[in-house]
Amino acid sequence: MGVVRDMMKPFELFQPTELDGALDLLSRHGSDAWILSGGMDTFDWLKDRAKQPSVVVDLGGVSELKGIEGTEDGIRIGAMASLTEVATHPEITSRYPLLAESAEKVATPQIRQQGTLGGNLCQDTRCWYYRSGWPCYRAGGNICYANTPTALNREHCVFEANRCVAVSPSDTAPALIALDARMTIRSRRSERTVEAEDFFLGPATDITRMTVLRPGELLTEIHVPQRWAGQSYYFEKVADRKAWDFALANVAATFQRQNGRIQDARICVGAVAAKPLRLRNVEAALRGQSVDNSLLEQVGELAVRNARPLRQNEYKVSLTRNLVKRAIRDART
Amino acid sequence: MAPTHRIVRLTVNGDTRTAGVPVHYTLLETLRYAMGLTGSKQGCDKGDCGACTVLLNGEPRLSCITPVWEAEGLDVVTVEGLAGPDGALHPLQDEFDLHGAAQCGFCTPGILCSAAGLLARNPRPTREEIREALSGNLCRCTGYTKIYEAVEAAAARLGSGDAERERGERKEGVS
Ligand SMILES: Cc1cc2nc3c(=O)[nH]c(=O)nc-3n(C[C@H](O)[C@H](O)[C@H](O)COP(=O)(O)OP(=O)(O)OC[C@H]3O[C@@H](n4cnc5c(N)ncnc54)[C@H](O)[C@@H]3O)c2cc1C
Repeated sequence: MGVVRDMMKPFELFQPTELDGALDLLSRHGSDAWILSGGMDTFDWLKDRAKQPSVVVDLGGVSELKGIEGTEDGIRIGAMASLTEVATHPEITSRYPLLAESAEKVATPQIRQQGTLGGNLCQDTRCWYYRSGWPCYRAGGNICYANTPTALNREHCVFEANRCVAVSPSDTAPALIALDARMTIRSRRSERTVEAEDFFLGPATDITRMTVLRPGELLTEIHVPQRWAGQSYYFEKVADRKAWDFALANVAATFQRQNGRIQDARICVGAVAAKPLRLRNVEAALRGQSVDNSLLEQVGELAVRNARPLRQNEYKVSLTRNLVKRAIRDART
Repeated sequence: MAPTHRIVRLTVNGDTRTAGVPVHYTLLETLRYAMGLTGSKQGCDKGDCGACTVLLNGEPRLSCITPVWEAEGLDVVTVEGLAGPDGALHPLQDEFDLHGAAQCGFCTPGILCSAAGLLARNPRPTREEIREALSGNLCRCTGYTKIYEAVEAAAARLGSGDAERERGERKEGVS
């Protein structure tokens, strides 16, 4: 039988208008249900028929998931806020420019207009073997097609591979980790909050999931605390093209300084591991230090100490090293 | 049994149109295969190329990965809707023609929509702003220089308010 492509398989569509209704549906349909926000990741999967959900729950009508507003301790961003809103909202551009810049660097104007922050954080990896529907580890099989002698793996991971070598594609995730954001997760029966850093999973923890979300659960909002608002920061994304392209590597960092010394820092790199990687060893080495070349050399080495490049992506090691050094040297206030 | 089809009602280029389509149809599939509006192109069909770009409430969007139900209640403008009611070309279309800003033309409808969205919210864009606004539309034939120049020329014409007059003059010159 030929492989049908570029046309979706029919599904049952639900369009709840309230959060409770959406959670009910997700609980009722469990792993048969596909959550749909902006669809910028979804339709690629469904058209390739690499994923064939029988039920789609469209969150477009759930107003509780929308909106961005300042809170007592920071800012609340509904999971359905579009990337354009995140990139241009005055509270975010003024207090958390790191997050605004990361959202601005995603894809293209059309995709930012429709893609949501929640979808950007929950999107699946872009490993082309996996996305083509090949039965790899991540898809429940027992091989990684991206890590064979002839594999094309220039864009795959250099850290924390564990059978699977796919990377986290999100540009906003490292920014939210650097800003110490919290994710609110709801299901029909419960609500929990996890730190942005713990929201993402590597293959050693669960090879089939990118996040801690389980069937029936929804990311409802993202809370960015006051703590890092207005501190000096750095974001950079390196990709083959300026627009459109996923990161080969990105870095998000924020620093608290006093009297020329770094008091505290949070640094996260993306697209080099299956989850955005917070560099705690670098952060620890920076505390109490003033920045000079020898410090930069030292922490640059620390950043890549555990790197294990694949055949075609050795360059990601020096890229990561240099991005981390640059973040510390060129952070903006 | 869940319904396999649904009736959608869209406002396209100012007209209200209804169509019965499969539940999972995209906006692009609906425009092309249910409404006969084939100006919006089906290129990659995955959001990679921008040839399917239409305006939803004035904002450029990728109709190939927008489910049709998303567009219900919004104002949809496709390349067919850029010309005036009398068929007079939009200054952008005119300037693309005059500048030779198209070769095979496949990307042109999407580019025109992105450019029209830009000029509606920013009548005097800089070259950099034009580049940014068109960064989601791939052209593989011409390179972008003539496209940028055409958008600048259209902006100048729209800005000077004599787009109508100029168009009239040009027509006379031709006939
Ligand atoms: C051509 C192209 C280029 C791109 N380039 C980039 C890039 O440079 N950088 C980048 O970061 N991204 C990039 N992307 C990815 C794009 O930004 C994301 O796919 C988009 O932000 C996803 O948001 P969405 O709302 O459209 O997600 P959807 O497609 O609706 O959802 C994505 C996934 O998340 C799940 N999901 C969505 N919302 C929730 C929720 N609230 N709770 C739980 N699960 C949820 C869905 O079930 C689905 O699995 C690109 C995409 C394309 C098509």
